[in-house]
Amino acid sequence: MQPWVPGSLGCARSSIPAQTTGAETDGVAPLPDAVRARVHDHPCYSEGAHHHYARMHLAVAPACNIQCHYCNRKFDCSNESRPGVVSELLTPEQAAHKAMAVAARIPQLTVIGIAGPGDPLANPERTFDTLRLVRARAPDMKLCVSTNGLALPGLVDDLVRCGVDHVTITINCVDPEIGAMIYPWIFWQNRRVKGRRAAEILIEQQQKGLEALVAHGVLVKVNSVLIPGVNDCHLSQVSRVVKAKGAFLHNLLPLIAEPSHGTFFGLMGQRPPTAEELSAAQDACGADMRLMRHCRQCRADAIGLLGDDRGSGLRLADLAEGEVDDRAAMEARQAARAAIERSRAAARPAAEVLVPLAAVGRRSERADAVLMAVASRDGTCVDQHFGQASELLVYEVSARRAVRVGTLQVEPYCSGADACGGGDAALRATVAVLAGCAVLLCAQIGYEPWRRLEAAGIQPNGEHADEPIDATLRAVYRELAEAGRLKPVRSTPDRLTA
Amino acid sequence: MAFRILAGCTGCWACAPLCPSGAIRAATPHFLIDAQRCSECDGDYADPQCASICPIEGVIVDSAGVALNPPGSLTGIPPARWAAVRAEIQAR
Repeated sequence: MQPWVPGSLGCARSSIPAQTTGAETDGVAPLPDAVRARVHDHPCYSEGAHHHYARMHLAVAPACNIQCHYCNRKFDCSNESRPGVVSELLTPEQAAHKAMAVAARIPQLTVIGIAGPGDPLANPERTFDTLRLVRARAPDMKLCVSTNGLALPGLVDDLVRCGVDHVTITINCVDPEIGAMIYPWIFWQNRRVKGRRAAEILIEQQQKGLEALVAHGVLVKVNSVLIPGVNDCHLSQVSRVVKAKGAFLHNLLPLIAEPSHGTFFGLMGQRPPTAEELSAAQDACGADMRLMRHCRQCRADAIGLLGDDRGSGLRLADLAEGEVDDRAAMEARQAARAAIERSRAAARPAAEVLVPLAAVGRRSERADAVLMAVASRDGTCVDQHFGQASELLVYEVSARRAVRVGTLQVEPYCSGADACGGGDAALRATVAVLAGCAVLLCAQIGYEPWRRLEAAGIQPNGEHADEPIDATLRAVYRELAEAGRLKPVRSTPDRLTA
Repeated sequence: MAFRILAGCTGCWACAPLCPSGAIRAATPHFLIDAQRCSECDGDYADPQCASICPIEGVIVDSAGVALNPPGSLTGIPPARWAAVRAEIQAR
């Protein structure tokens, strides 16, 4: 168990175990072929697939049976793009109609999930009715459910019967002391339970549910929200436990805690992790490379390709009433998939497989790597103004390769054409989460933000506007190396306490 | 003898399916309790179900207008300690 100190400022690097213990080695083993085949066309799990395939979340499950300090169950906030917030709550019948109408319009759709806005398994009737309706009309779809795990053990059989083949459990801790700092209460056996006891019950249910799903052959992904000073030192332990129990993937999500979201953490000023802390936590967890690092933390009603949410343009009212020809739609999807797979097979370099961290080398062998952040709208080019970015892509770049570390959500500090530089608090917060990055790449940037980044030791770079990210990262890395300005990914611990 | 839901309810739906009397209905701007049907869960559960899952402090009150979830009861932080806890969290 990792030492944890209340209010501590991040982890001492020495407290994170080396990745060479037996359990760690198992944890980062490459995906078995059978699993790889099952996630090959899933946009959330395969970085290769997310450029081609689309997924859709159906917002049928409003109620929740626990409270997380990073969640506020508020509807109808179209500014936000985070889990738990939706604009349109659907009945199971409406959801199935919407799913079939969308599946007929977007033949690249492979995945239909239920993620909220509450907890799908706290709304079992709505969730299972929806799954059954969709299953009956589109048997080719992969069905996914996300849950906090509290009600999971009792519903595993129903999930299996409905043909759900992927379940995501959000597990932020396996230690109730830490859990009590994240979950103020749960609703359990018709009573509200608070504090440490609540966390104990939740953790026990999550672990039971995980084991039962794995025993039934359901693929289980575990999400953990990385909360600095709360569970950052603890997630490597979570990772070991859940991988030992058979979770095929452990995905770290950087905390989103904007004060304007009205969450407890947001209102209390809990800060999100920096790029450096996210990278360090992923290393400590032996997170799988090229898997999930493209995760965009979608809304519970997201539709479309990752990072290109079409949900707002595809509300129920916009979808024409009337019958969808399910059979013709399914045939169209099969044709679209075959075409996508042909082009993927042609384009894929032989080496492009899901590479585990162990294969890339231990940290000591990546001593020349640096972190770089990119403002990109389309995810492939450096095409966004720094001030308009609501997310920044973080890469670890070395002489050999550039690997996506993750995506940091930020508040755009520039809200309009004439207000650039006005969002002072937003700019300060953005510069803070970029800590650890050597370079920030964007299409354009104002004078003041430039100055602030430089003062924070981050080199702004607007010279590669609209150029591909990969080539740009390599070119900038070479420039840094030639100028003798490479600084390591991990700076000294005192940086964290500054 | 009946509870009431006040403004501040976010309409999250958690309470409605739990009510043993079917007294809660989805309404705008917030959910409502039918005073004729509400039994305060007497005879069905030890704790009133709506108030045991409601995530918002102060929005469910009894017939005397007293909040079933008073300020601080759900975050676990009494208002007097708010500033101190905030400082502690901001130091993380």
